Amino acid sequence: MDFVLATADDLKQAIDGTLPDTVPANTLWVVVAAVFVLLMQAGFAMLEIGFSRMKNAGTGVAKILTNLSIAAVCYWAVGFAFAFGSADVLGVSSSIIGSNGFFLQFSGNGAEAFPVMGFSDAIPESKFLFQFAFCAVSLAIVWGSTLERIKYSAYVIYAVVFASIIYPIGSHWVFGGGWLQNGETPLLPTGMQDFAGSTAVHLIGATGALAALLLLGPRKGKYGPDGKPRPIPGHSMPLVGLGVIILFFGWFGFNPGSTLNITDTRLADVAVVTLLGAAGGVIGAFVATQIKQRTIDIGMVANGMIAGLVAITAPSGYVELWAGPIIGFVAGLIVVFGVIWIDKKIDDPIGATSAHGLAGIWGTLACGLFTAPRLAEYNAFGNPEGGLVYSGSFEQLIAQAVGVVVAFTFVFTLSYVTFAIIKATIGIRVSEEEEEAGLDIVEHGMYGYPEQFIPQSEIGAGLSGTPVSAPAAPAVPATARAGEAPA
Amino acid sequence: MKMIVAYIRHEAFEPIRGDLLEAGFPSLSITEVKGSGRQKAITEHYRGSELAVHLRPKLKIECVVETRDVDRVKEVILRHARTGSVGDGKLFVLPVEEAVRIRTGEEGESVLQAHYEEVVGSNSDGA
Repeated sequence: MDFVLATADDLKQAIDGTLPDTVPANTLWVVVAAVFVLLMQAGFAMLEIGFSRMKNAGTGVAKILTNLSIAAVCYWAVGFAFAFGSADVLGVSSSIIGSNGFFLQFSGNGAEAFPVMGFSDAIPESKFLFQFAFCAVSLAIVWGSTLERIKYSAYVIYAVVFASIIYPIGSHWVFGGGWLQNGETPLLPTGMQDFAGSTAVHLIGATGALAALLLLGPRKGKYGPDGKPRPIPGHSMPLVGLGVIILFFGWFGFNPGSTLNITDTRLADVAVVTLLGAAGGVIGAFVATQIKQRTIDIGMVANGMIAGLVAITAPSGYVELWAGPIIGFVAGLIVVFGVIWIDKKIDDPIGATSAHGLAGIWGTLACGLFTAPRLAEYNAFGNPEGGLVYSGSFEQLIAQAVGVVVAFTFVFTLSYVTFAIIKATIGIRVSEEEEEAGLDIVEHGMYGYPEQFIPQSEIGAGLSGTPVSAPAAPAVPATARAGEAPA
Repeated sequence: MKMIVAYIRHEAFEPIRGDLLEAGFPSLSITEVKGSGRQKAITEHYRGSELAVHLRPKLKIECVVETRDVDRVKEVILRHARTGSVGDGKLFVLPVEEAVRIRTGEEGESVLQAHYEEVVGSNSDGA
């Protein structure tokens, strides 16, 4: 096969003046959208640090940077080719796994090499950047649930497997041109619809989180002797708020960016429906916490916005604007009751299994209800007659449900096996004493908030423990010093 | 009347509080303190330099009881606070001269702790 760098072709055309105007314009949008999505890493970091106790505040910074970097290299090496590549490998059809574009070296032109994104003429490197940012989001979702007790090394190993295999194959099936998206199989006659990844990104991340949680167990002190859950409040609601609003901002790269072009101008429609979904989520969570506990729970309202955004992600390119607030509102209700329900048995400190898992499932199913025929036809996936409210048929809803079950089962199985192997070999969680001391000091030898743990008098005192200023000029007579008890 | 003062590990407190409450000793105070003893320092690493932190966080419990109850309370604290490792802390028993319940002005041993019967009574009413 003849491998070429796409940039070489594009650059030559640009020099010759034969590059169509749409190429740089669409490429610019995809790169900008990708950078928006990369900023979501800051959102996840702040959200998760805010929901941690002070003794675990620093580890989140290290973890998000390490995992982002590991995922970048793995996704570039193999992940992107598995997720979006065209060619068949070893007799395995590209509807199961892609195999063109390892290390971003691919055969054929960009549209042939990554066919599901071929409708956009943005250059493949921009699409890679965008899709990598999605992979990093999905990975970040996993670790939020494992806060405050997972071993750093265990998570790093999972990051390699996740970014190389689990996410690429799972997302390939759902929105990378795989069999769930294409349909036409006995199990799934109609293709599944997932515009920007309610299932492909959010449910996959949350499913990995669930597998980890089942093997990891709850944080120390989470469940009383009577088995009832006890709150372990995170240390900073303002950081949670900052994190959520950064995520909200990033989502305007996430969903509108999934158009991969500006020439059909749909990015604006998708952006508006995303806004309405987020708004619905907050209002839904607001109502639910008011009913449930007669207060407006700050963390829950934050989860509500995430849930609304997660739920609107799959339908954002398939539904009319009016469906946005409805989908978001239901997600807001789901996340509040989901968090309370899951908390009874499973310790998920940030509620990712609800906000990304349950809301991701709801968002995916929502396509089966609300997909507009004109948009189903335009995207060319699923039943062109639209969802239940348009067609009166359950066909699309069933396709969505099958897709959710398949994606969940696949990701859960691989993740559970991976974490089980990690648990059996190097161990998955820190010891009880280490958990008590906090991951910052145990895993990193330093604190996220040093002044919270080190008395002021000790800071600057040096390793020997002797005050730095003391030995400099001992004004005490030698006789008096001799009389002192040896230290 | 005696005051029991104990410096313990944070994680020992919840079981101690639970057992004391059950035994009829609900009244106590805690303070989060930092102190040093035989437990060795934690070395913090910060951007390539090291910092030894000698003062370790502990929880200080104060609890005033009738003299005859000292052993019972002591036993509960020791049972839960002892891990056998360096850093379990220390316990002191101090004499107390007077005790006054501020709300009523009552004085003497009767203001210390709730009577066991009262605790049971309030539990069955409250729950």
